[in-house]
Amino acid sequence: MPESVHESLVDDLVGGLAPVRRLSPPAWRAAAWLAAVLAVAAILMPMADMDGLRMRLATPDLRIAALCAGLTAITAALAAFMTSVPGRSLRWGLLPLVPAAFWVSASGLGCLRGWLAPGTTPADGHAMEGCFAFLVGVSLPLSVLLVVMLRRACPLHPNLTAALGGLAAAAAAATLLVPFHPHDATATDLLIHAATVLGVIGLNGIFGGRLLGGGPDAGVRARND
Amino acid sequence: MFLSAVGPAPTLRVRSPGGAVALGSGTRRGDRAAMALEDSLATAMAAAQAGDAAAYRRLLNACLPVIAGIARAQGVRGEAVDDVVQDTLLTIHKARASYDPARPFLPWLRAITQRRAIDRLRRAGRRPQEVHDPLAYEAHADAGPAPNTRIEADERNAALARAVAALPDGQRQAVEQLAYAERSLEEAAALTGRSKGALKVNLHRALKALRGTLARDKEGGDA
Repeated sequence: MPESVHESLVDDLVGGLAPVRRLSPPAWRAAAWLAAVLAVAAILMPMADMDGLRMRLATPDLRIAALCAGLTAITAALAAFMTSVPGRSLRWGLLPLVPAAFWVSASGLGCLRGWLAPGTTPADGHAMEGCFAFLVGVSLPLSVLLVVMLRRACPLHPNLTAALGGLAAAAAAATLLVPFHPHDATATDLLIHAATVLGVIGLNGIFGGRLLGGGPDAGVRARND
Repeated sequence: MFLSAVGPAPTLRVRSPGGAVALGSGTRRGDRAAMALEDSLATAMAAAQAGDAAAYRRLLNACLPVIAGIARAQGVRGEAVDDVVQDTLLTIHKARASYDPARPFLPWLRAITQRRAIDRLRRAGRRPQEVHDPLAYEAHADAGPAPNTRIEADERNAALARAVAALPDGQRQAVEQLAYAERSLEEAAALTGRSKGALKVNLHRALKALRGTLARDKEGGDA
């Protein structure tokens, strides 16, 4: 192959070289994002229903669902940052699947308990609207922060990274919702949670894929032309 | 380690900053050379991250044959290899902050190159290939006249001939001499023995009659 055809591009790239600040390891950046989630939790905590939280966490399936939602947020964030760096294994994408499966299963058990135990309090429409608004309102800023952090690494598989980021943001929002959840889980409740979470993941996949992706030339070829 | 980094080719020669190096032969000498190349590329990339232009140029030039080798191993052929090399160089530039000098350089480069090679192959696969597309070949419009053009023209001529034959003698002669034969008024007057004025009047009346007859025929045909 004649290497001369690439000489002008090499000249342009060398001419446009500027020192760059090396990115921190993916695990550190995931930890930084999770710290932002904790900061949001700290802001919201004074408004939490702590007595209700203690009662709900006494129920095994709600406790497991909350724990697994938190674990899903942590593992999905780590996987998103890992897959955003060239050369890292895409198998990191499998990491959040196990806690996500337990999260969904435990929430499903909550529904069954709601059907089998007649004394439980079902959620009314107003409470569900509140849950929906909470999930979207918390997911959105966390997703934006995640996209900004992820795009610095130039993900080669933007759709996968964006989907993992969406799962992390949705799971983090669901975890933060636990202290504010005014009722036990029901089928409708799980459905609206699932729809919201899938919506957040889908939107991240659509917009994050475009925001994160881009070909090799974004911002480079335009300057060289 | 290096073999897996550059693809399945049994032997691959890359030009390192120190000269040509044979890789993948499995010999101790080849392994040492590969390790030396790996180290030199990682060092050059670390220097490029700090803004060292000379190191960056050495790095990119050393990467050119490696990228081309990986692209070919992915199934990219011909001029598309050059496209993959260019796309990969641009991505290296854009993603250079993501390289961690504590990790080997070639897996980072291989991941970028393989991705750009797959992008290129997908784009090539989406292009229309009409030569191998029997449906497109069958559906391609012929530039010549449609099959029924001649039949319709024959039908129109026959209808006109019937309408002309049905005209009174004076009008028919005027049409035949002035329109069909394209003779001048003087020639037509000499041949038919009629005055030029009579020929003009007969032609005018004939055209009016023909217009009416053919319009009626058309309406009847459409109905």
